[in-house]
Amino acid sequence: MSHDLIVIGGGIVGAAIASTASEAGLRTTLIESALPATGATGSGMGHLVILDDALLALSVRSLELWRTLPDRPGTEYRNTGTIWIAETEDDLPGLEEQSLHLATHQVASHLLDHRDLHALEPDLAGDLPGGLLVPGDATVYAPKAVAHLLGRARRAGAHLLLGQKVVALTGGGVRLADGEKLTGVVVVATGPSGSELLPELPVMPRKGHLVVTERAPSTITHQLVEAGYLHGVRETRHATVAMNVQPRPGGQLLVGSSRESGIQDRAVSVSVVSRMLMRVFRFLPALRERKAIRIWTGFRPATPDGLPFIGQVPGRTDVWAAFGHEGLGITTALGTAELLVDLLLNRPVRLDPKPFNPARAIEA
Amino acid sequence: MTEHFDVLILGAGPAGLAAAETLAHAGRTVGLVDEQTDPGGQIGRRAIRQRPGRAFRKTLTRLRANDRITYFPSQRVVDCDPHPALVTESDLGYTRLTGASLILAPGARELVLPFPGWTLPGVLGAGGLQALTKSGWPVRGRNVVFAGSGPLLIASAHTLKKEGARIRVIVEQTARREIARFVAKLPAWPSKAIQTLTFTLGLAGIPYYTDAWVTEALGEERLEAVRIVQRGRSSVVSCDFLGTSLGLIPNVEVALRLGCALSHDPHPTVRVDSLQATSQPGIYAAGEITGIGGAELARLEGTIAGHAVAGELSKARALAPRHAHWARFGAEVARHFALRDPLRELAGSQTILCRCEDVTLGEIDAVADTGSIKLLTRLGMGPCQGRICRAALAELRPGYGTVTPSEISRPPLFPARLDTLADQALKEPSS
Repeated sequence: MSHDLIVIGGGIVGAAIASTASEAGLRTTLIESALPATGATGSGMGHLVILDDALLALSVRSLELWRTLPDRPGTEYRNTGTIWIAETEDDLPGLEEQSLHLATHQVASHLLDHRDLHALEPDLAGDLPGGLLVPGDATVYAPKAVAHLLGRARRAGAHLLLGQKVVALTGGGVRLADGEKLTGVVVVATGPSGSELLPELPVMPRKGHLVVTERAPSTITHQLVEAGYLHGVRETRHATVAMNVQPRPGGQLLVGSSRESGIQDRAVSVSVVSRMLMRVFRFLPALRERKAIRIWTGFRPATPDGLPFIGQVPGRTDVWAAFGHEGLGITTALGTAELLVDLLLNRPVRLDPKPFNPARAIEA
Repeated sequence: MTEHFDVLILGAGPAGLAAAETLAHAGRTVGLVDEQTDPGGQIGRRAIRQRPGRAFRKTLTRLRANDRITYFPSQRVVDCDPHPALVTESDLGYTRLTGASLILAPGARELVLPFPGWTLPGVLGAGGLQALTKSGWPVRGRNVVFAGSGPLLIASAHTLKKEGARIRVIVEQTARREIARFVAKLPAWPSKAIQTLTFTLGLAGIPYYTDAWVTEALGEERLEAVRIVQRGRSSVVSCDFLGTSLGLIPNVEVALRLGCALSHDPHPTVRVDSLQATSQPGIYAAGEITGIGGAELARLEGTIAGHAVAGELSKARALAPRHAHWARFGAEVARHFALRDPLRELAGSQTILCRCEDVTLGEIDAVADTGSIKLLTRLGMGPCQGRICRAALAELRPGYGTVTPSEISRPPLFPARLDTLADQALKEPSS
């Protein structure tokens, strides 16, 4: 059977591409080896966040797309905003710089002094000197966002093949585990397992832990992240932890975060959870008494240079990549899909695709 | 705090107590961990205003007098590892307990099947209503209906009547001839026959409907009445409380996390050999967790497990015939009081299945891929950790695979303070 486009992977990136491509008129089939949103997508926090890094432009465009997504309530989109929190005075200059940098991309942010910070979030430890509020950030419930995007794709004529594993790229198509062959342009959007089909594009699973609490009255209304989170993001050698707390509708809190490379084991590590929670108590001491109801782990798809692969894969016939977004897959899914489909259709692009070009990994 | 014992026992009900006493007698030190404030398990609960019964006083005295047994009441297990070790939490903090062997005897909980109105205040599990009443909750003069299946209905009604409640009716789904067949077999277990007779005499004058079930709980803010259907005829009985009992589900969470092999039929039970050993070395299981069989069977299994752990294998094997005898009793109860299909068909699309996350049966049925139910509806993601709704769904929609074992074998096994989770790592042996 012939298709215009075969998307491999039913996570947020694959779902966004299937939706964007089918709405652009491409006959699209999405193949997912298990069920939608059961990989990195379903394990994450669903924080739509603009980080001061190389993905800034892609994130800004993606947030615009999230804000204008039709029928957005189906994704449980909530405009919580993010507060970056300084632990000591030493963190404040970094936040000021971040604020200026965001402004050059027309992203609003407000520096908070000690008083502003505690007026907005009274549960924060009394000695914290200030923070930076980014009011445009938001949260979604990623499994529902994927279901929403797949629903749109289906209505635009896309086919979904669930429980089917692609075992090989055939040059001009794919072969499934049951031997069936499909032809068409292929997009690999399988997150942490991207390298299984495209070994020339290295992606390493980076493990994370999350805790969710019971419902209880809470004064926390913003996603709260420690300013040091960015340094943690760039640390690649060993497990790093950073306070990252998200209020859920109904009073639950999602509590993170941790990052560990070189680990395949899905098991919850009590010692990592412990270090992570100690970090959280430093900022939110009242959370000691909160009850946890679940802890789980997930794997972010990390690339050597911290940038995703978005674009055509050199040396292969009609194969494209869209994976390796590490912790920003949910945030940047819609922008990634727009960029990839624009490139595919040879349409003018809204942002510079060069940093994401998969060729960089092959030439290096 | 970390403490080490020769043997750790989880659960101070009939199985756990029997195991503890057997092991103490054999000279082993025992750490006995239990969720309740008093020993005896669900079946051994005593009424708070009642003077402790002789059996209960004897148990407590023996426990206290036995310097080989250290009893840890009011403890919830939040994590465990196959070393073996249990991490428990109470109001006072957390404890890490280790043992050379571990006997799991955590008992069972009530099966709840949703039906229209079941979330109204006033609708409870029969065992839960019985336990509340025993702990001093006032029921005097209140109108109560019991509905469901099996002997627990009668036992619960008996307790509430003694505490002054007005039992309007007991609604038993099983047909009268099926109950008659069961009663005819009782002489093989004389103690049970006497028990049944005592309860039944105590309930004289209370209507006992058979071949009947409650189809709906009615009320605005709370329960006001129930609709009962008996062989096609419907009636409405006003009441303040409804206690339902449809059977018990083994508490396998700790066993699952320890990697013990389970059977499913459809609810999970822990697989054991004739010495109560699980598939994991050094870990044994006794009582309802190995299959619902009642207190006598639980006591025997606890004793067998105790002997087996103490290396007294001939003593353990000598109990096999009695074990078979009481296992047959459990099988007879299960057979004659088996749930009938109409009880699984009462819930409609608007009926809530998961009350932690307010998920209706209709929302679950609307999920196209049954494997995505949990992710898309958040079924089982609330504080009960799926204990209620997962079992209900296994009955109502047997084909739906909602949760894989790896998903539910993660800490915390019970909601635990973040404090405990952060601190317990300090006690973990470095690995």
